[in-house]
Amino acid sequence: MAYIIEMLNITKDFPGIRANDDVTLQVEKGAIHALLGENGAGKSTLMSILFGLYQPESGRIKVRGQEVKVTDPNVANELGIGMVHQHFKLVHNFTVTENIILGLEPRKGLAVDIDSASKKVAELSKLYGLAVDPHAKIEDISVGMQQRVEILKMLYRDAEILIFDEPTAVLTPQEIRELIAIMRRLVEEGKTILLITHKLKEIKEVADRCTVLRRGKLIGTVEVKDASEAAMAEMMVGREVSFSVDKAAAKPGDTVLEIKELCVKNAKGLLGVKNLSIELRRGEILGLCGIDGNGQTELIQALTGLTKIESGSVLVRGEDVTNLPVRQRLDRGLGHIPEDRHRHGLVLDFRLDENMVLHTYGKPPFARYGILDFEAIRKNAERLIEEFDVRAGKGPATAARSMSGGNQQKAILAREIDRSPEAFIIAQPTRGLDVGAIEYIHKRIVAERDKGKAILLVSLELDEILDVSDRIAVIYGGEIVGVVDAKETDENELGLMMSGSLRKAV
Amino acid sequence: MKYGKILFALLAIALVMSGCAKKEDAAVAPAAPAFRIGLVTDLGGIDDKSFNQSTWEGVVRFAQANGLKQGTDYKYLQSSAEADYVPNLSTFADEKLDLIVAPGFLFEKAMGEVADKYPQQKLLVIDTVVQKPNVVSAVFAEHEGSFLVGVAAGLKAKADGKNILGFIGGMQFPLIERFQAGFEQGVKAVFPEARILVDYAGDFGAPDKGQALAQKQYNAGAYIIFHAAGGTGNGLIKEAKERSEKGDIRWAIGVDKDQYADGAYGAGKSAVLTSMLKRVDVAAHDVAVMAKNGQFPGGTVKVFSLANNGVGIPETNPNLSADIVAQVKTFAQQVTSGARTISEVPAK
Amino acid sequence: MADTGAGSKSRKVLVPLAAVALGFVLGSLVILITGRSPLLMFNAIIQGITGFNIMSGSFNPRHIGELVVQSMPIILTGLCVGFAFRTGLFNIGAEGQLMMGALAATAVALTVRAPAAIHVPLILLAGMAAGGLWGAIPGYFKARFNVHEVVVTIMLNYTALHVNNYTILNVFGSVDRVKTAEFPASALLRSPFLASVTNGSRLNWGFIPVVLAVLSFWFILEKTSFGYSLRAVGFNKDAAKYAGMKVERNVVLSMIIAGAFAGLAGAVITTGTFSFGRALPAAEGYGFDGIAVALVGMNHAPGILLAGLLFGVLKSAGPLMQSAGIPREIGGIIQASIVMFVAMKLGIERLLMMARGRKAKAALEAAGAEEAGV
Repeated sequence: MAYIIEMLNITKDFPGIRANDDVTLQVEKGAIHALLGENGAGKSTLMSILFGLYQPESGRIKVRGQEVKVTDPNVANELGIGMVHQHFKLVHNFTVTENIILGLEPRKGLAVDIDSASKKVAELSKLYGLAVDPHAKIEDISVGMQQRVEILKMLYRDAEILIFDEPTAVLTPQEIRELIAIMRRLVEEGKTILLITHKLKEIKEVADRCTVLRRGKLIGTVEVKDASEAAMAEMMVGREVSFSVDKAAAKPGDTVLEIKELCVKNAKGLLGVKNLSIELRRGEILGLCGIDGNGQTELIQALTGLTKIESGSVLVRGEDVTNLPVRQRLDRGLGHIPEDRHRHGLVLDFRLDENMVLHTYGKPPFARYGILDFEAIRKNAERLIEEFDVRAGKGPATAARSMSGGNQQKAILAREIDRSPEAFIIAQPTRGLDVGAIEYIHKRIVAERDKGKAILLVSLELDEILDVSDRIAVIYGGEIVGVVDAKETDENELGLMMSGSLRKAV
Repeated sequence: MKYGKILFALLAIALVMSGCAKKEDAAVAPAAPAFRIGLVTDLGGIDDKSFNQSTWEGVVRFAQANGLKQGTDYKYLQSSAEADYVPNLSTFADEKLDLIVAPGFLFEKAMGEVADKYPQQKLLVIDTVVQKPNVVSAVFAEHEGSFLVGVAAGLKAKADGKNILGFIGGMQFPLIERFQAGFEQGVKAVFPEARILVDYAGDFGAPDKGQALAQKQYNAGAYIIFHAAGGTGNGLIKEAKERSEKGDIRWAIGVDKDQYADGAYGAGKSAVLTSMLKRVDVAAHDVAVMAKNGQFPGGTVKVFSLANNGVGIPETNPNLSADIVAQVKTFAQQVTSGARTISEVPAK
Repeated sequence: MADTGAGSKSRKVLVPLAAVALGFVLGSLVILITGRSPLLMFNAIIQGITGFNIMSGSFNPRHIGELVVQSMPIILTGLCVGFAFRTGLFNIGAEGQLMMGALAATAVALTVRAPAAIHVPLILLAGMAAGGLWGAIPGYFKARFNVHEVVVTIMLNYTALHVNNYTILNVFGSVDRVKTAEFPASALLRSPFLASVTNGSRLNWGFIPVVLAVLSFWFILEKTSFGYSLRAVGFNKDAAKYAGMKVERNVVLSMIIAGAFAGLAGAVITTGTFSFGRALPAAEGYGFDGIAVALVGMNHAPGILLAGLLFGVLKSAGPLMQSAGIPREIGGIIQASIVMFVAMKLGIERLLMMARGRKAKAALEAAGAEEAGV
């Protein structure tokens, strides 16, 4: 079969870094071709070159056998290349159709011909099994649906080559399954898909071939059916990667965190958490799993003092903290890695060293008599950077905003672990991170457990829950519908409980 | 808000200046410009349709009569804030102009300061008194001018068979009370039975209050109302115009300058009966002439009255009958000749 | 836009500088349209800064003094707006806070009898306290009821104007309805010495509290743990709350401190530039100037100081420009266009990139790439 896209010997330099070093990528028509690499491996740069956002220093691009110069995204569009960005570019108070036709509105006289556009959108939606309502407003539809709108946008523009940039990062497990089906359907209809990802499981499930990049260099292209996940992971990371978390059996001690009949209201004013009771003991990891939006966020915020508790109580080491403000809870041994690291975890416009003292800035040695000691703050950051292997270009002075997601998360982890909390609430610790970072973070969490801390791990990733936890609690509709031993359960059982069709041992 | 104005100003300047430049060139400059004169405006700016503009007109009249060139021999500085008064006056003083004019009692403090700092500088302040040897203070006999419009109002009311008149003041303090006193005496001189309603708005810049007080007085039967209330008086004129348009004929009397045009309604009609003129332009012009002739009366207070055309009524008064104008003139002569004196304080 | 450390730092300085240059270019063009020479403007500005008139070869230090006098209040209102902004608050209320400061200064100046060494500091403190209290109101409404501070501060500007005028006219009894009696000499910041070295300008001791204010602004925000928490709140309220900072309390405190800067400006104007309390026909624009100063000064102490002096010179050179036949609106046009160009930060950055050529372009791409996670 002929190659529809060939990027030959592409080299791209940024000051101080060679982002792509003699990379060659050849994609067959009608295939799903995965581009695998850790954050910073050069995937995005390569795709940006194909899409016309950057010009390479050297190398050639051929589309359908013809050599082309992609000088800007419009050229890419004309060549039938479309990109589904990780962050959607949609107008929220417009309808699906209005968003799709934005920029090439069909006209009937002076008016925009919405009707014929809607019809075309509906047809496309049906053809590819997208099930999108052309008249729905973006703000009213789910993230998964929004992604389909982005896909439709490309199809409406007759794109033949679709680039998906980390498409599953924002999706729930169900939505991921549906997306995979859609991708298969697209290929059946003759489209070609380039899938940028670092999730091996997805590649294994959907891709035909896989090109692996590491630190800007091409490591190789493999037939997915011939390659094991472990082999691909090794290509990506450059060493052997263990998928299962090595850990000894838990030795639970006394109760550290006690939640009794907790009720918390959600943003809509309804009870997001209902009469929830859990106990968390020293030396164990309790995984809390559930489908997104079943009360996890409300529970975390109530425990950490960000939301008011309606009724019930929270005890840390036997002490009632139900009505204490955030800082006093932290002082009593509570630790918190927030689920949204950009919103809660970091002040992105602060330097890394400033972020490292977000809780402790007012205490010696970082401040005396209210005056900051920048030397101490910098040294603290240097120590944590070293200890937790945080990669930051300018060391303590690096702007948090400019760091990669994995390193931002490591920085938060470093800061929180360093505070040495007794009861540790960890939410979504590996969201959007690559294999190497995930492995590292899981190891640190287990190490904390082994030091005798009590850990509540809240995650939407079932694999993570199963791998890391000792006990697993399932939350559904704001209630705990089951607590099981991690060694004695599986994905199926948890899935049933997460959807509310099974209750167990409460 | 401010910047929107500026954009507009930018366009306006471009248009106006291209026109102005030509005019300047056309003016024939005399061999040796003997005299340089500068005006500093208060916050109102040079085109405020009030004191600043009128004073500038006096300066321009003087300058043109003497063949002075704008920009070098005569010019103005506009103030954007009260804090600009002293530096603006000082800038002209540094340039050693022959005379610096500042209209308005707001200049009192700044004028005093600059007079001390530049004892050789000739200064004219209008409408207030600054006791310094190098300052001439021009004040006005407002009571005399108000007397004349009082006479006109009294005669008009009497002729039309009405017997209630009104006065609206901006704020109640001696200067404004002079207007009230003169007006009352003028009305009583020709129409002793007439009743005069008096109100003070407490504000010089509130047309809404002016209109409310006008409504109150007109509702109480007032036929003609005289105001000494600056911008507040615009509300009176508006109310008189609105009523007259509907056939309920009422009159307003303007102040400071001829406000006839402000009261215009219908075809060639105006609700402004006449106006009490305060000729700041005359003050600026006359003092400039004195300074040029080497007769600068530094340290004195120059009173501008009926006798020296400092106050009065407009040349043309379309709303007054020839008979009333003639009678007003007679009363004016009585005042200027000293046969009749007008009190500065209202009778109690 | 990704923050790229040193690169962004130089951009932080370059953007306002480029904006200032472009502002003067635009001003020059407008002057050309009016048929005058822009050189007259630059001569006036140089004279405003140095006292030297290049065209006539004369020297008058009065202009230096007036530059400082005109800059002092807008530096303070710039600090006021900038301080609130660093905490994520848009304080449009500097004007009202300034008026309340001026009113309090008037009250203390007229009612207290004390030697200057006590009287003057007391007046300045009263001004700061009144401005601070006036700033606390929108702060409290924001913290307690989440009412947007822009709305409250705008309304409070009008309230302050009327409270000031009512009190001046009715409590301190003005004869001519615009000002109070003259303050006693012990209340004044004026200095015959400073006036004499600047050829009779109004330069006064007010510059000392202004310098102290600039230093405190810098010290509080950059050096103290309190300032750290204020900045954290300003950048990311959620993260500040997560870290246990008292966001609501910080909002109120920030508005109090901001208001105190403006209140100090009111006191300095009242007892330095003037020597009596004033009833005002309308707001005098110090608050809006403060927004411009803070914006151009990038909300940092040194920047605000420089931007305040820049806009101060546009004011203090105003009479010189007008006298040279340049319309007074030019100063406003330049100020407005500088603000506009600073607001067009991205556009300016691109222009700077073009000016610096390919190497710089690569840096921009790197910034983008870093963001994209390369």
